[in-house]
Amino acid sequence: MGKPMQEVTGLFTIATVLRKLLNQYLPNPQWVDMVITLVNIGAIFTLISLSAVVLVYVERKVSAYMQMRVGPNRVGPWGTLQTVADMIKLMSKEDIMPDGADKWLWILAPVLLFIPAAAVYAIFPFDHQAIFADLNIGIFYFIAVSSQATLPFLMAGWASNSKYALVGGMRTVAQMLSYEIPLVFSILGVIMLTGSLRMSDIVAAQQQVWFVAVQPLAFVIFVIAATAESNRAPFDLVESESELVAGPFTEYSGMRWALFFLAEYANLFAASAIGVTLFLGGWQGPWLPGWLWFMLKTALMIFIFMWLRWTFPRPRVDQLMAFGWKVLLPLALVNVLITGIGMQTVKYFR
Amino acid sequence: MSESASTLAFYLLAAITVVSAVGVVKSHNLVHSALLLALCFIGVSGLYVLLQAEFIAAVQLLIYSGAVAVLLVLGVMLTQRSSMADSNPANDWSRWALLICGLLAVVILSVVAATPWHGSIAAALENSIPVVARALLTDYMVAFETAAVLLLAAMVGAIVLAKGVEEE
Repeated sequence: MGKPMQEVTGLFTIATVLRKLLNQYLPNPQWVDMVITLVNIGAIFTLISLSAVVLVYVERKVSAYMQMRVGPNRVGPWGTLQTVADMIKLMSKEDIMPDGADKWLWILAPVLLFIPAAAVYAIFPFDHQAIFADLNIGIFYFIAVSSQATLPFLMAGWASNSKYALVGGMRTVAQMLSYEIPLVFSILGVIMLTGSLRMSDIVAAQQQVWFVAVQPLAFVIFVIAATAESNRAPFDLVESESELVAGPFTEYSGMRWALFFLAEYANLFAASAIGVTLFLGGWQGPWLPGWLWFMLKTALMIFIFMWLRWTFPRPRVDQLMAFGWKVLLPLALVNVLITGIGMQTVKYFR
Repeated sequence: MSESASTLAFYLLAAITVVSAVGVVKSHNLVHSALLLALCFIGVSGLYVLLQAEFIAAVQLLIYSGAVAVLLVLGVMLTQRSSMADSNPANDWSRWALLICGLLAVVILSVVAATPWHGSIAAALENSIPVVARALLTDYMVAFETAAVLLLAAMVGAIVLAKGVEEE
């Protein structure tokens, strides 16, 4: 779909222009490559921190409107500077370490949690040819890297030397390991149709029809499992306020606590972006530039996740496990089976 | 990646892997040992990336440090009740362990020496996943299915053990 207007405003064109500019000032092309790589990494980290700041505000506003309240409206116009005020508060808080905590594990846990959350951004196709690393294992890289987020939760829970934190850490493991399996199987349907794990191939395969139309069941399973993977309500048993204070984060304060939040919102954005790429056609769309489509669709997905969070009650632990293993997993397997049969049938009649 | 950068990356990853592996044995705290084992797995997966075996690297991350290490850490945390400070003491078996490890090293090194290696990774396949998938589901079908059945049996066994016998 090479429409001229989209091409001109695309991220790839911007990168090409930047390259030409840099070529005039820098001695050799290796330097230019390095600067472009650094710009890419900088852009990704800017996106993560900005999205966290914006999403905290949006989440508070969405929850307020769902509960017929107004939400933050005092700091700045319509309360838009509320998150800035929150950040200043968090930075000026005292850093408290609990007695008897395992010092190094306790300090490392929030930092280690943030690494996989940021690393998955390397494979998101933000626009045509705008992808930091178009790996041949693409979506599998996402699954492998995001599975690394389980251990830091357990570390935080154990190192805090607190019963609430430990129970929260245990729940994280049970929940994240259980819901990883339906998540992977829901993605498998899409991979079967594409025949490739590469993110750019998955987007290219949706030029005619978005996969949400072909794989509606997989999409529903993906949304539910991704909610559980990012530990958001209704699956927030890890940090359920009414039972566990705050789960693994109970003993953290100030910026250490803020890192957990940064990782959570980075994960929320990541889950939405993966959902957009796999099921909603990625950056493809008419008239508007690709990156704008990508952002609009991601915003829609994020709204769906927030909508789920503020309208569903939290299940019990055993209900959560039973739902994951007895409902979601069989449904995901049936979806894979149906996809296989459908593909063979289409091949037979062609 | 340039030659020197990948050499540097290799030594960095090798150091991480070896140091954390030594830490697994030497740490007095069993939980620290288990967590260092996860770091060791991650280092090995980095080495796979340098060999351009991205698929194996991702599998290593997902299975070993994403699942096996987590279960190990969880098991260690749940079984130890008293103080963790000295939960991984040294014992008098180090000589026997040295002997067995030495024999294992000899076996591995002789296999390495006997394997006809490709001289460079420049000719490595750009997209190896279809090749791996085809090999797994055709030539190595029996081994693949046997492993699957074995894992299923282990899982059923674990569930039966965890549920226990129903009291009359």
